[in-house]
Amino acid sequence: MDKKYSAYLCTGCGIGDAVDMEALSGVVSSEMNMECKTHQALCSADGRTLIDADINDSGINTVVIGACSPRVMQDEFDFGDDKITIRANLREQVAWSNPADADKEYVQEQASDYMRMGCTQAQKSELPDPFQLEEGTNKKILVMGGGVAGLTAANEAAAAGYEVTLVEKSDILGGKAVNWRQSFPTKAPWTDMETPIVNDLIQAVQDSDKITVKTATEVARTSGAPGNYNVTYKQAGTKSEWDAPAKVGVDEQDAIDKGTMEDPNAGLKHYMDDNPEGEKFGAVIMATGWTPADVSEYEHLGVASQNVVTNAEFEKMAGQGKIVRPSDGKPVESVAFVQSPGGAEHDKDFPYCNSVTSLVALKQAKYVREDNPNGKAYILYQHMRTPGSMELFYKAAQNDDGIFLTKANVMKVEEGADGSLSVEAEDTLLNENLSLNVDMVVLAAGMVPTTKDANVVNLAYRQGPSLIDLDLFDGYADSHFICFPYETRRTGVYACGGVRKATTVDETIDDATGAALKAIQCFESADRGVSVHPRSGDKTYPEFFMQRCTQCKRCTEECPFGAIDDDEKGTPLPNPTRCRRCGTCMGACPERIIGFKDYNVDMIGSMVKAIEVPDDDEDKLRFVVFVCENDAYPAIDMAAMRRLGISNLVRIIPVRCLGSVNMVWIKDAMSAGMDGAMLLGCQYGDDYQCHFVKGSELADKRMVNIAETMGSLGLEVERVAVTQVAINEYHKIPEIINEFVEEIVEMGPNPFKGF
Amino acid sequence: MTDEHTPVSGGILVVGGGISGLTAALEAAEVGTDVFLVEKNPYLGGRVAQLNQYFPKLCPPSCGLEINFKRIKNNRRIRVYTMTEVKNVSGSAGNYQVTMETRSRYVNNNCTCCNACVEVCPEERDNDFNFNMDKTKAIYKPHDMSFPMKYVIDMEACTKCGKCVEACKYEAIDLEMEAKSFTLDVASIIWATGWNPYDAEKMDKLKFGQSNAIITNMMMERLSAPNGPTEGKILRPGDNKEPESFAFIQCAGSRDENHLEYCSYICCMASLKQVTYIRERYPEAKISVYYIDLRTPGKYEKFREKLMADENISFIKGKVADIIPEADGGVTVIAENAVTGEKIQEKVDLAILATGMAPAIQAEGSSLGLQMDDSGFLLGDADAGMIAAGCAKKAADVVTSNQSATAAALKAIQVLRR
Repeated sequence: MDKKYSAYLCTGCGIGDAVDMEALSGVVSSEMNMECKTHQALCSADGRTLIDADINDSGINTVVIGACSPRVMQDEFDFGDDKITIRANLREQVAWSNPADADKEYVQEQASDYMRMGCTQAQKSELPDPFQLEEGTNKKILVMGGGVAGLTAANEAAAAGYEVTLVEKSDILGGKAVNWRQSFPTKAPWTDMETPIVNDLIQAVQDSDKITVKTATEVARTSGAPGNYNVTYKQAGTKSEWDAPAKVGVDEQDAIDKGTMEDPNAGLKHYMDDNPEGEKFGAVIMATGWTPADVSEYEHLGVASQNVVTNAEFEKMAGQGKIVRPSDGKPVESVAFVQSPGGAEHDKDFPYCNSVTSLVALKQAKYVREDNPNGKAYILYQHMRTPGSMELFYKAAQNDDGIFLTKANVMKVEEGADGSLSVEAEDTLLNENLSLNVDMVVLAAGMVPTTKDANVVNLAYRQGPSLIDLDLFDGYADSHFICFPYETRRTGVYACGGVRKATTVDETIDDATGAALKAIQCFESADRGVSVHPRSGDKTYPEFFMQRCTQCKRCTEECPFGAIDDDEKGTPLPNPTRCRRCGTCMGACPERIIGFKDYNVDMIGSMVKAIEVPDDDEDKLRFVVFVCENDAYPAIDMAAMRRLGISNLVRIIPVRCLGSVNMVWIKDAMSAGMDGAMLLGCQYGDDYQCHFVKGSELADKRMVNIAETMGSLGLEVERVAVTQVAINEYHKIPEIINEFVEEIVEMGPNPFKGF
Repeated sequence: MTDEHTPVSGGILVVGGGISGLTAALEAAEVGTDVFLVEKNPYLGGRVAQLNQYFPKLCPPSCGLEINFKRIKNNRRIRVYTMTEVKNVSGSAGNYQVTMETRSRYVNNNCTCCNACVEVCPEERDNDFNFNMDKTKAIYKPHDMSFPMKYVIDMEACTKCGKCVEACKYEAIDLEMEAKSFTLDVASIIWATGWNPYDAEKMDKLKFGQSNAIITNMMMERLSAPNGPTEGKILRPGDNKEPESFAFIQCAGSRDENHLEYCSYICCMASLKQVTYIRERYPEAKISVYYIDLRTPGKYEKFREKLMADENISFIKGKVADIIPEADGGVTVIAENAVTGEKIQEKVDLAILATGMAPAIQAEGSSLGLQMDDSGFLLGDADAGMIAAGCAKKAADVVTSNQSATAAALKAIQVLRR
């Protein structure tokens, strides 16, 4: 695009009172060589007419607006997709961050720098040219797993018009649910158990002309990217040369090459090999479910006895007919359901439970009553967990004389000579200890996700075959984000059902339907050339200037989403449809060859250099603060709205994520004579809040390195800092920034200033 | 994109701009569907906008809201109408005509949020966003992070003195602005009308309203929030005392056939989360939690485990029978330990009622032709293009609500494509 610039300054909302607008306009026109116009309310119809007229009459296509925060008035300052609009935040960051009695000279310098930075950003910004897959976008969905979750996802995607292939490892569809006698109630009055819907789901899948079913089949590997996955199947339970290779890091590869380590991928096709026989898909739904937890460690609960079974085993027995005692086939008259294994030690449920196991116990207690009118069921729990309207199901059980419920510490289960079991319990609601003699004991075992011990999704990616860091969620393929439950670190792969959480059928159906939507949304976004969450709609993507790449592999290793593969030499092979546009690769690259059309190392570096650093005034220190645009930046806006006051020696630059901060910017700032540089980003660690997962953590590591480098040059390491701040901590922001500034003011100016 | 002036027709309608409605609207729009999002309040975000932190991560809800608002600003397929309610629905799946009414904001799109109006306004109103624990001027910004970022006038408090009109440099205030009606044609409707805190005054024995030392869990969220009435300090309303002892009364209304028959799902975790708010501010405070069951299933068990280890927190299995206001401003909680049979009388400085979720649509639902169960939760009928999502459908936490909202988006799209 042949750019034609114009800048506009707004004097409204107090900007004109804080700043000499004529002088500011002079900075823009003389230093930045841009025509500059001033208006008392740029966002008003009249103000926008002024800009529109320049666009229409003079062919202006690149507009710099010096007014309010870019977080507000977005519609007002939207001049169309074919225009570049840059916002300089004079209102929140200058007019509203300075007290009325602030030194005018300092405020003026601050405003001038923001305009210099804005104009520089405009000069370095290009219109995006959305990425398109060469092969076109494939819009078929692969569903892994043929249980309730997989069947639902397949049906729901098909009902929206998409083609689906459903792959199931076993010979039949239906998963765990085919063995069930009955399901929990799903509707008012919430007391009546229901016929499991799994057969209806199977029927619908079989009747659909959009769904292809492959039973006794597994996915050996999935290579490629959203909109263009390539899937290799294999017969279930067999090995294949196309099995997904394990991750081999740089050090491991060295060891393999030297012969000191065995190649874990010997006999397997390289991860970048493309199987011409593979089937193409646009997105993957992972509905591989769960397995019943092993309870053999609970010896005090009599697990050695045949008559002590898990809830899953009991359900299977119930599904086959009247329940009889395993040891002798005696029709069962009394059953104790043990919900918590901890005795007097703790009151937790079995591992991998959720509220499901409370509901299962209620359901199975009812089976005991159905099979034998004189049957007795004892449910011994620490906490009954029957959320929502399932409380009414619980209440119905309480009203059944044959179902006895109490809180209890179950201490011991022992088998007697006739096969019957004695159950000892303490701390009950009867205010006394309880001793029961029952035919069977059912342990409320949890639901272990298939992802706990296996790769499952089998991706042929540089970063390895599985979803990563699932140990944070005990192995569940869960999301870390409360607001965004479908986010994972592998774009295009959406998990649902038991693989994510021990869950009821009702919830699984919602979850699977949601996963189907996310799968569809992913390839539809790829088709439009835009990013998915959290930068949904972003048309830019990272571009690599490969001629200067040194194959250092930092980008491939550090990308939180595994978007970058590589070739044999280690040259990165980016997959833009896997990319979430955080810019972590750009921050990682020591050669500075990765950038976006509207966000790159040169642009931000030039903005840093555009800040005027006085080298002859010891009071006019300069600080650059790079802030996460999702959390810290809005927090600074809020602090400004409350007029909390932020030092006017500071220049704020928003970044997509701290992960995108290239350390050359810090070097640029320090060598330009600036006195300190700070990064404000999101919390990291196990409860990380960074929406790009690893960005702020990586930035912290990089800053430690740069501080060391600075130290070796004789600069105080305190001049660079990283702080974690949440979006609602705007009351703390001024303190954080101002204390940093004060500390360095006390330390004195950058000793290299002026060199 | 916010566009409150030019209704256009087609696509799907999402009723309710809380976390479920926002999620449903955005997920559908990002597939490429046209979406209308209507919200009764002058701002989006619903109940979660009032929360200080989410459990179990203890992260601020405004973080996710900020992302969602950015998604709206960047997406031309979404049109947002605040202060708007559905008045009538006619038609059938694939072809609904929905009549809306937008109440007057009395502030137009010229508003820049410069705050000059607030500075001159002489009238005050109770701040309902903070459960009336503080006041705003008659012209006000609903809260710090309101989206859309526009002021609004409460006409019940305004005397039309005209000072704000005079102070506003942008001609943004129109005291004669009128409510307006319009009709949308949509294929399907997602009802994400959310919940209200159960009215604590209905539980006579818990004495809500009779002592400042008895508050609800939602009030506790506002007291703990940096943008709340006490700027995040937990102080007893009325006398601003720093409480030294706290009691949480679980199932205040929930699991009770005289009030809410169902379990509200979130209150156990909400109270445990609020225990962490107290601990952060008052490391020595004594805290009791009176409960029937601690419903912290699955991954929430880890969160509970940490708090169970705190020696200054007592967990008592037993329902609270009575709360008695005391002369010194505190209250005495009366309960029976269900395991030991022991009768308990505990004097505390602040009692927090873990009030449950009551579906918000209850009153007007049937006049709009919606099917509800006995508790007032929406049943929904996806084939008919009427889809329920989030807490309008069942009591749920944010994660579960968002799963259901994402599912609702696909069900709504299916109707559109039939």
